[in-house]
Amino acid sequence: MRADPDPPVLTAQARSAIIRDSLAVGLATGTYGVSFGAVSVAAGLSIAQTCALSLVMFTGASQFAFIGVLAAGGAPLSGAFTALLLGTRNTLYGLRLAPLLAWSGWRRAAAAHLLIDESTAMSVTRPSTAAARVGFLTTGLSIFVLWNLATLGGAVAGAAMGDPRTYGLDAAVGAAFLALLWPRLDNVRSRLVAILAAAVALGMVPLSPAGVPVLAAGGVALLAGVLWRTSDAQAAR
Amino acid sequence: MIWTAVLLAGVGCYLLKLAGLSVPAHVLERPVVERVADLIPVALLAALVAVQVVGRGHDLVLDARAAALGVAVLLLLVRAPFLVVVFGAALVAALLRLF
Repeated sequence: MRADPDPPVLTAQARSAIIRDSLAVGLATGTYGVSFGAVSVAAGLSIAQTCALSLVMFTGASQFAFIGVLAAGGAPLSGAFTALLLGTRNTLYGLRLAPLLAWSGWRRAAAAHLLIDESTAMSVTRPSTAAARVGFLTTGLSIFVLWNLATLGGAVAGAAMGDPRTYGLDAAVGAAFLALLWPRLDNVRSRLVAILAAAVALGMVPLSPAGVPVLAAGGVALLAGVLWRTSDAQAAR
Repeated sequence: MIWTAVLLAGVGCYLLKLAGLSVPAHVLERPVVERVADLIPVALLAALVAVQVVGRGHDLVLDARAAALGVAVLLLLVRAPFLVVVFGAALVAALLRLF
């Protein structure tokens, strides 16, 4: 278990380092909501529906998948199914984070809404519950606020706002995911899983609906975890 | 119909998140579950990087995003701060598209 006895306090220095990094992720990810807002309206959703997706669903890949299916002429319910399929990723994140964040009751119910790729990545590698909570909340809340504001802005401005790709923001998202992945690549097993997962995802892109490739890549983790039984001590961080 | 789907999927996605956080702790105490749970973010993040960078619809394309990712790798290797990595990559992509 990672939830070892916590250090007595989270030093002010460590705390502000986590907050700074988390806000950087929040800024990079949140502003990308502009593209979601614009694309969603272009896909035929109203501004209110677009904002409802960011407020209630609040998990970017699922949101993009939802409007992607609608834009391609798919039925709203198949859009919903695709979004839910992608959302199962967050269940797995939660499984990993639950003992580390160690929340219960209404706090857990509230925190669950912020459980997304970025808040997971910014908390799961922390050495203590205190540090993990700072990373989780700072990342989750800053993205929630910015993502929703950016969604509204993007939806209202629509195509007039221009393509966010002009500013390289689409490339920034890939870089952010890589920077989040980087510290986890410190052992052979993780590196192999990362390479295989990327290969599986790319192999699936031409064959499957948007979002499925990433889910399929999760199967690599499942297989590797079940089959690779050799000494955990060796492979552990 | 769209509203129904928006709300169904939205509430559903929230419940999927809550379910993950609510699984009893002892479930994680099995080594297999722990190994899998540990590797899942690695696999999904790697897949997200790949799909974000070279995926476009159902096609795979190498464009400014790939160059930006290369720059991100270099920045990570020299231990640049997160913000520098992310916006450095964005800047490279934006500049490449200008020319």
